[in-house]
Amino acid sequence: MAFKQITSPHEHKRQSTGRIMQLVLIATLPGLLVLSYQFGWGILINLFLAVFAAISAEALILKIRQRPIGLYLRDYSAVVTGVLLGLSLPPLVPWWLVVVATVFSIVIAKQLYGGLGSNPFNPAMVGYVVVLISFPIEMTTWVTPVSLLPEGISHPGLFESLTIVFAGFSPLDGVTGATPLDLFKHSDGLLVDQIYQNNTLFSSASFAGVGWEWVNVAFLLGGLGLLKARIFTWHGPVAMLVTLATMSMLFWDGGSSNSPGSPLMHLFSGAAMFGAFFIVTDPVSSAVSNRGRLFYGALIGLLVYVIRAWGSYPDAVAFAVLLGNFAAPFIDNYTVPRTYGHNQRRKATAKEEDE
Amino acid sequence: MRQLWETPGGVHPPENKVQSLKLGIGHLTIPQKLILPLVQHIGDAAIPCVAIGDVVLKGQKIASASGDLSAPVHAPTSGVISAIEDRPVAHPSGMSALCIEVTSDGEEHWIDLHCHAEYKQLSPQEVSHLIADAGVTGLGGAGFPSAAKLDNSRTRSIDTLIINATECEPYITADDILIRERAAEIIQGIDVISHVLDMPRRVLIGIENNKPEAIDALREACKSTAIEVVAIPTKYPSGGEKQLIYILTGQEIPSGQLPSDIGMVCVNSGTAFAIKRAVIDGQPLISRITTVTGGACGINRNYEVLIGTPVSHLLKENKFIRKNCSRLIMGGPMMGFSLSSSDLSVVKTTTCILAPSHSEIPEEDPQQPCIRCGLCAEACPASLLPQQLYWYAQSEDHERLQAHNLFDCIECGACSYVCPSNIPLVQYYRSSKGNIINSRNTKISAAKARERFEFRQVRLDKAEQAREVKRKARRIATEKAKTSNSSAADIINAANLRAKARQASPDQQKAKLERTLMAAKMRLEEAQERLVEANKSGSAEQQAQQHASVEGARQKVEQTKRRLEKVIK
Repeated sequence: MAFKQITSPHEHKRQSTGRIMQLVLIATLPGLLVLSYQFGWGILINLFLAVFAAISAEALILKIRQRPIGLYLRDYSAVVTGVLLGLSLPPLVPWWLVVVATVFSIVIAKQLYGGLGSNPFNPAMVGYVVVLISFPIEMTTWVTPVSLLPEGISHPGLFESLTIVFAGFSPLDGVTGATPLDLFKHSDGLLVDQIYQNNTLFSSASFAGVGWEWVNVAFLLGGLGLLKARIFTWHGPVAMLVTLATMSMLFWDGGSSNSPGSPLMHLFSGAAMFGAFFIVTDPVSSAVSNRGRLFYGALIGLLVYVIRAWGSYPDAVAFAVLLGNFAAPFIDNYTVPRTYGHNQRRKATAKEEDE
Repeated sequence: MRQLWETPGGVHPPENKVQSLKLGIGHLTIPQKLILPLVQHIGDAAIPCVAIGDVVLKGQKIASASGDLSAPVHAPTSGVISAIEDRPVAHPSGMSALCIEVTSDGEEHWIDLHCHAEYKQLSPQEVSHLIADAGVTGLGGAGFPSAAKLDNSRTRSIDTLIINATECEPYITADDILIRERAAEIIQGIDVISHVLDMPRRVLIGIENNKPEAIDALREACKSTAIEVVAIPTKYPSGGEKQLIYILTGQEIPSGQLPSDIGMVCVNSGTAFAIKRAVIDGQPLISRITTVTGGACGINRNYEVLIGTPVSHLLKENKFIRKNCSRLIMGGPMMGFSLSSSDLSVVKTTTCILAPSHSEIPEEDPQQPCIRCGLCAEACPASLLPQQLYWYAQSEDHERLQAHNLFDCIECGACSYVCPSNIPLVQYYRSSKGNIINSRNTKISAAKARERFEFRQVRLDKAEQAREVKRKARRIATEKAKTSNSSAADIINAANLRAKARQASPDQQKAKLERTLMAAKMRLEEAQERLVEANKSGSAEQQAQQHASVEGARQKVEQTKRRLEKVIK
C-alpha cells in the first residue's frame, strides 16, 4: 500500500493568519464604537471607504502580480490595514484623502515590498504620514466630541456627512475643533492649570480630555483582549506606555507654562492606546524577540513624547512607529535570546568561531 | 517534593492517549516473513553473519556489530534466512538499505539463553558487553547503541542517572503501558544500568503527570529503593533529553556536548526494560512495545511486536481501513515521519504506528506568508527565533543561521505546530542543517586539496632548485675542462672511473633486476587480462592495441630474464 509522504509535525493547531487578523478586527470594535459615538458618522464613512479601497487595491495588485487573489484576501491583512487607517484619519475628511492614504498603504508600503510579511514599515502608518504631510489642514481638523457641541448643534447625520465627504460641503461651525494635544501645543505661556480651566475639553473631562479619554480606554480594552487571546505579547505595548508615562512624569515639572502635560493626559490622548495595542504590535514591521520588542516599544514611546512635547506635530504615533520600524533590524541584531545550552546571547551577525 | 524547573516554550497538542490504553499489551501472530534492516540505530551498519538458506533459531545473532558505534541484529523468531538484499527501510527519506529477511518456521525455537541474575558479580565492562551483544539500542526514538552510551559515560564520573519515561508525544503509550504492566522489571533494568555506571549518586525517573497509573506502579516498584519517581507537568516536548534534564535538575547541557559532560546519563524506560531482559534473562532485543493507533485502525492498542514485523501485518491485525487513513506515520504526530509504504518493517526505534483518519490529521492547508507573529518563538523550547531562522533559511544565509543557533534546534516541531501560516518550518531547518554540513565538508576537503597542492608545489620547487644547482656545477666543470690542458687520455680515464663508481655491486644489480622482472610479469598479466576483455567486447582496433601491448610486455619480461641470467653467471 502506498501512502502520502508529508513532513513532520503532522499535528497542527487549528489557527490561521486570517483568524488572527479577524481577532484584531474584533478587538477594534470597542474603539470604533466609542469613536463613532464621540465624533459621529464620519468615522464609519472613513472606515468603509478605507476598507473598500484597501481590498480593491490589494486585489488589483495581486492580479498584476499573478498571485491567487482569493487566498491572499482571505488572510484579512488588507482589511486590517483599511480598518486601522479608517480609525486614525479625522472624520469628515474628503473621500479622496482616505483613498489616497489607503492605496498608498497597500500598493506602495505593502505590495511593492513583496506583500504580506515583507514590508519593513507599518503600511497603515505610511499611508497616514503621506496624507498628514501632504494635506496638513484636512488632517489636523478634528470633530468636536459630542458632549462639547454648542447648544442646538449636533454632529451631521449620515446623509449630511456623505455630502461633506463626497461633495465637499463644509460642516457647520462648532462641529470641528481642537483635540487635547492640539490645545497643549498651542497654549504656550499658560500654566497647565490655566489651560485646564479655560477649556471645556479639560474642565469637563473625567480624567484626561473629553471624548478622547474614553476612546483610549476603549482601545485599551480591545488591546487587553488581544493580549489575553495571546495574539501578541505584552512587551511592545507595555514598554511604549511605560516609557511615555515615565517621560511625561520626568518633564511634567509641576504644571508650569512649559509643561508638556501630565502622564495621564499623554496616556489617554490622541493615538496613545490605539498605537500601543494596534500599531506597535504589528509583528511584521516590529522587532522579533520579546526583549527586542521591549526596546522597540520603549523607543516608540520615547519618540512619541519627544515629538509631542518639542516637535511641531501635536501627535506623533505614526512618525514614532515609522522611526521604530527603521530601528527594528538594528534592535534585532542585539536582542537574540540566549539559546538553551549557551552561556550568553549572541549577536545576529556573530560569526561561527573557526574550529 | 523535588524542585522542578520550567522550560521555556512548549505546546499542548491534544494527547489522544486514552484510545490505545483501553487494552493491555497484546501479541500478534507471527508474520510469515520478517525484514531486519542492518541499520536500526545511530552508527555503522551491522555485518551479516549468516547466508541465504541458513536455518536460524529465535534470538540467534544474524548480523554482528561493525565497530564501537554499532549494534548486532538477532533473529526475532526461528526460521530460514530467505534474502539478504536492499529493501525500503523506515527512514524519513524513504531510502533503501541492506536487510536480512527471515522466513518464519512458526516453531519459535529459542537459542540457549545465558541468564546473569547475579550480574553484580560481573564487572561493569562485562555487563556492558552483554548489553552490546544483545543489540540493545535506545528505544525512545533516536536509537543510540546503549552499551556505547554507557561505556562513553563510564569515562566520566556520572552523578545522576535519569530514566526518561516522559513520553510527551501525543498518541504514543508504549512506555506508559510497559510501566503499568512491568514496572518491576524496569526497576531491575535501572539497577543493571546503575551497576554499569558505578552507582550514580541519584537516580531519577521523569514521567509526565498525565500517566497516574504508571506513576503509581513505578512508586510501588521503587518502594525499597533509592530511585526517585518525579512527576513533571505535561507539556510537549518535555521528553526531549535536554528538556528533561533541565526540568529535573535545572542544568543545561552546553551546546554541542553530551549529558555525560555534565555528569548525567539519560536512558529511556523501555531501554531499561530491554537491558534487564538482555542481562538478567539473557534475551537479545528482538521485540519491543509499539503503539498501533489512529482513527483508521479498528483496534487501538499496544503490542509486543517482533522487530522486523512488516507494518502491513500490524495494520491487518488491527482492522485497518485504507480509505479512512490520511497518512501513515512511524512515531508520533509531532516528530514521526510518514511512511511511503506499509511494506517496510517495525525496527528497534518504532515507538508507534499511527494511522490517523482524515478528520484527525487533515490535509495541510496552503502555506501563507510569515507575518513574524512570534507564536513560534513563544513555543520554542530552546529559545530560538524560528521566524528569523525561516527567513534566513529561505535566503540560505548560513552565517546568520548559525549565529541564530540553528544547530541547537531539536526539531521538535512545536514552532510548526503553532504556525498560523502553515509553514513547514522544521523541514526548512532540516534542509538548512544538511546544506551547512555539506558546505562545511566541502570546505574541509577543499582545504585538504589546497594543502596537497601547496605541498606538491613546494616539492617541485625544491627539485627544480636541486636541478639548477647540478646544472650550474656541470656548467662550471665543462668550462674547466675546456680551459684546462689535460690530454684526451686523461678525460677517458676519468670517465671510466666515474662509470665504475656508478656501477653497483652484483648483488645490488641482481636485486634490481629481480624487481624489474616481477613488475614486468605483473604488467604482462594485466595486459593479458585486458586482451581477454577486449576480445570479448572491444572493437577490432582495441583488440589489436591490447595484443600489441601484451607482446611488448612479453618482450620486456624475456629481456629482463636474459639480463638477470647474465648477472647470475
